[in-house]
Amino acid sequence: MTVGGALGKDLLGLESLSADQIRLILDTAEPFKEISERAIKKVPALRGSTIVNLFFENSTRTRISFEFAQKRLSADTVNVSTAGSSVSKGETLVDTARNLEAMRIDMVVIRHSASGAAQFLAERIESNVINAGDGTHEHPTQGLLDILTLRDRFGDLKGRRICICGDILHSRVARSNIWGLTKLGAEVAVCGPRSLLPNAIDEMGVRIFDRVEEAIQWAEALNVLRLQFERMTAGYIPSAREYNRVFGITRERLERAPRDVLILHPGPMNRGVEIDSDVADGPHSVILHQVTNGVAVRMAVLYLLAGGKPELAEAAKGGSGRGREERE
Amino acid sequence: MTTTNTTVLDARAVERTLKRMAVEIVELNRGTDDLIVVGIQRRGVQLADRIVKMIEGGEGVTVPQGSLDITLYRDDLQTIGPRPVVGPTHLPWDLDGKHVVIVDDVLYTGRTVRAALDELADFGRPAAISLAVLIDRGGRELPIHADIVGKKVTVGDAERVDVMVAELDERTEVVIVSKSSA
Repeated sequence: MTVGGALGKDLLGLESLSADQIRLILDTAEPFKEISERAIKKVPALRGSTIVNLFFENSTRTRISFEFAQKRLSADTVNVSTAGSSVSKGETLVDTARNLEAMRIDMVVIRHSASGAAQFLAERIESNVINAGDGTHEHPTQGLLDILTLRDRFGDLKGRRICICGDILHSRVARSNIWGLTKLGAEVAVCGPRSLLPNAIDEMGVRIFDRVEEAIQWAEALNVLRLQFERMTAGYIPSAREYNRVFGITRERLERAPRDVLILHPGPMNRGVEIDSDVADGPHSVILHQVTNGVAVRMAVLYLLAGGKPELAEAAKGGSGRGREERE
Repeated sequence: MTTTNTTVLDARAVERTLKRMAVEIVELNRGTDDLIVVGIQRRGVQLADRIVKMIEGGEGVTVPQGSLDITLYRDDLQTIGPRPVVGPTHLPWDLDGKHVVIVDDVLYTGRTVRAALDELADFGRPAAISLAVLIDRGGRELPIHADIVGKKVTVGDAERVDVMVAELDERTEVVIVSKSSA
């Protein structure tokens, strides 16, 4: 059985994927976890593929995670960041990508501060495009790794109660999580100051908690988001201290929960603001497990998007005239 | 288009064949020391499992057993596209200096075995690697041969050899599936 084309050419967001496509990525990520535990952490699946990591916005974790995933699949990678590239000389996004494509690349991983940048690029170049975060739109691989981490703990996510806490307005992570989790049948809620919730958030099929205590009473897992001060152009909250007092995830608040609540955070953390250190480092935190899963999920996405060029398959069929080994 | 199924080995014949292969593996290795049996996903794993139990029954020794999914070592990703990775690779043993016997259900083009050899090399440097297959159907595209063969069959390119094992297929049987446009 071939799965090529099961995801299409690009991964731009979880909104456009079906539940089956999301499950395919998560199931494919499972065996990839083991590769990172080997002494030689490398398989030749993407040997000969050239991938460009095009980062127009700062990133440490996501870029390194993608790079590890690419290297562990034996792809050749080039990192392009805004500083020190033609981008800072005013070259447009499409010109940059077309120039890269002229050097015969196979895939672009893009992060950009403009929502829709990944799709804009995907429509204009032949290479596969993976969205590594576009503005406040989506960050699909982060959503997928959060979901994989939840699935590791809960198994089937149908009916599981997950609350996303904090700065939902500026969060592409929140959007990808909400799309992915609701498609898999989980119950999703958001909790944060009204000034940091998007207007039409209820249209995404989520419940809203105004008080973090209520969210903790309800949820089996909390995905705690970072306050994105760099995106806040106006006074959304009085102060970080005030935020911590009203919405911070603290041990005292969690101790009043009727059950153990799993704690996720996509990083980087503002310790003492949205999350307290003893929660982040506590027994129910899976924050570092998320990071480990990130590499496996990205390997799965790269693998599923790679190869499968129909014209090559046709040529191969005509060439040998013989199938491959029986029973895959 | 009609398909006809011809049974090559029934459940009891498979059992008998595997028993002989288990004996041959121990003979080839001159005992059970330093022996590791590795099944290729999928059905090679179940066959390896049975062979290890048979060796245990005959020799009273449980030899280490592993499994290998070679999907990521295939040479046709760029042409055919990705296939689902069907099962885990599980090789928690140090392979250096050991005798690894690869077990697979059907040997055909030899490309799966080539991929398995590449993957094993990433896990260590065995003293020797041998190949044991339940069915050798000919049609090699690479210079690869099996050291231990359960049964040789001659089939055309249009025919398929299906190995079924009770663990996955509800029954154990080897059939040749031929399509004729009658």
